[in-house]
Amino acid sequence: MRRSIIGRSWPNAIAVVLFVFFIFPVYWMVSTAFKQNTDIISKTPVFVPLNGTLEHFDRAVHADGFWTMVGNSFVVTVGAVLASLVIATLASFAVARMKFRGRKTFVLVIMAAQMAPWEVMTISVYLIARDNDMLNSLLPLTIFYMMMVLPFTIWTLRGFIAAVPKELEESAMVDGCTRVQAFVKVVFPLLAPGLMSTSLFGFITAWNEYPLVLILNKQGGQTLPLWLTGFRSAFGDDWGATMAASSLFAVPVLVLFVFLQRKAVGGMTAGAVKG
Amino acid sequence: MAVHSERVQTRSPESGKADMAATEQIAPPTAGGTPTNGRPTAGPRLLTRIAPYLLLLPAVLATLFLLGYPLLKTVLVSFQNLNSRQLVQHLTEWNGFENYTDQLSNGEFWHTTGRSVAFTVVNVVLIMVGGTLVGLLLNRLGKWMRLFLSASLILAWAMPIVASTTVYTWLFDQKYGVVNWLLDKLGFHGMLDYNWFSDQYSTFFVIILLIVWGSIPFVAFNMYAGLTTIPTELYEAARMDGAGSLKIFSSVIFPSLKPFFLATTFLEVIWVFKAFTQVFAMNMGGPQRLTETLPVYAFIEGVSNNHYGTGSAIAVLTILMLGALMAYYFRIILKQEDEL
Repeated sequence: MRRSIIGRSWPNAIAVVLFVFFIFPVYWMVSTAFKQNTDIISKTPVFVPLNGTLEHFDRAVHADGFWTMVGNSFVVTVGAVLASLVIATLASFAVARMKFRGRKTFVLVIMAAQMAPWEVMTISVYLIARDNDMLNSLLPLTIFYMMMVLPFTIWTLRGFIAAVPKELEESAMVDGCTRVQAFVKVVFPLLAPGLMSTSLFGFITAWNEYPLVLILNKQGGQTLPLWLTGFRSAFGDDWGATMAASSLFAVPVLVLFVFLQRKAVGGMTAGAVKG
Repeated sequence: MAVHSERVQTRSPESGKADMAATEQIAPPTAGGTPTNGRPTAGPRLLTRIAPYLLLLPAVLATLFLLGYPLLKTVLVSFQNLNSRQLVQHLTEWNGFENYTDQLSNGEFWHTTGRSVAFTVVNVVLIMVGGTLVGLLLNRLGKWMRLFLSASLILAWAMPIVASTTVYTWLFDQKYGVVNWLLDKLGFHGMLDYNWFSDQYSTFFVIILLIVWGSIPFVAFNMYAGLTTIPTELYEAARMDGAGSLKIFSSVIFPSLKPFFLATTFLEVIWVFKAFTQVFAMNMGGPQRLTETLPVYAFIEGVSNNHYGTGSAIAVLTILMLGALMAYYFRIILKQEDEL
């Protein structure tokens, strides 16, 4: 009897340990952001900030150029995601619903493009932007971020479009719709969840992007990842303000992710594991 | 539910047959995508024939100009002598294979390559083993416990990399970091005031922990999704035959999910091999450039040291290595995926 209780409880015990392992960094970020300075630099860590403060957030928000960078990040991210959604909807409809020569080649290129080594292509993108006099501007960031998320967006939307029963579209066409009307009136509304989860991942990628903006925009048009990595050196050992900054950066993504999680997991795996 | 069945590439024979039947049912109207009423006019026919290409056009153009061109440019620049002087004066000085011979005969390059490979192997092994174990655990847990653990996995997964890198430097801070405090409390008193970022291996330890922590959720959720597709009769049959947990894993779970393991492992290899932000933002490749992996090495040589040609040559060599990995990955994918 006793043995079976142990047998049943060890998975739970491990689960608790893993829960702490995975959640602790996130918890520590948020809790440090709310702690009094004396609690942050105490020899014994304070695990629960009972007498919290908002002063770190105050300092982070009033740091140089914070609001400009928030604006820049939003413009670049939203612009990239919207543009890639438009381009990807067209392309993925063709891939999911039409048969044509070169379809397989296109799919292979998209799968390869999804793994494009952007991390080592920053030098050439920098040279291209410089030759076109577009350093320190938001435009090259937006279009290259669009390209970074485009393959994934096409791949995921393709799955979502394929999941809409063809019969729906066909019956709309029998009723007199053109193919375009059938798509706009029948398929598109059913794609809403797909579009949401796809744009969530596009949003995260663009929001997070660091190497490219690091080299392209040294003097202007900076985004939040630069602000956050620069924050540590600018504020020295002010961990409260740094963690407040990290929280401000992370919380929008975490909230979106938790809300859209169920669809997101399906979308992510459909896109990623298949290629 | 095509989306659902795409989650993992394991289908039981029955569901595979069902899928095929379904495709066959839909197939006739699909053929060619042409309207079947057989209108004789050439106009709509032509339009139907070029419609897919028109729809693809924006995506193809974007890929050519925004991905193809930078790739080509990387290759071109790698054959040039492009330092800050040439950059400022807009000079193009071709120097043939010099950048490549320099790198290939350079101990630094081979050191960095070896370090990158070791870094990737350690990370991927930890991610795959850890992710598989967490996935198996998720499958065994009760509903509430599973929800509880999933919540923390999702937070770790969703955490923006720049933010989590910053948080890890705080966790491992020399003076007030919670890790040093914990180690001291656990009896490792030497770890009090230990500077993790002063040593190559301890810096790598933190970076690897960060990457593994952030990558396990993806593997674990996929593993769990895959496990739910294995029919329970298979387990029962194996257990009746007297198989233990290890035996069940090796003869029931692993064969069913083998495509998943292969595909995920390669994806992780590619992702980790080109990881930049975690390594660079953690300690900028330091101390003494000892934690530079290939992408960071290319960046520091190219951008920080103003040797754009050299940096591009390193980039091309890195891309070739990634290309070899990807080719292998595609062979696996294409073998199991006749309908793309």
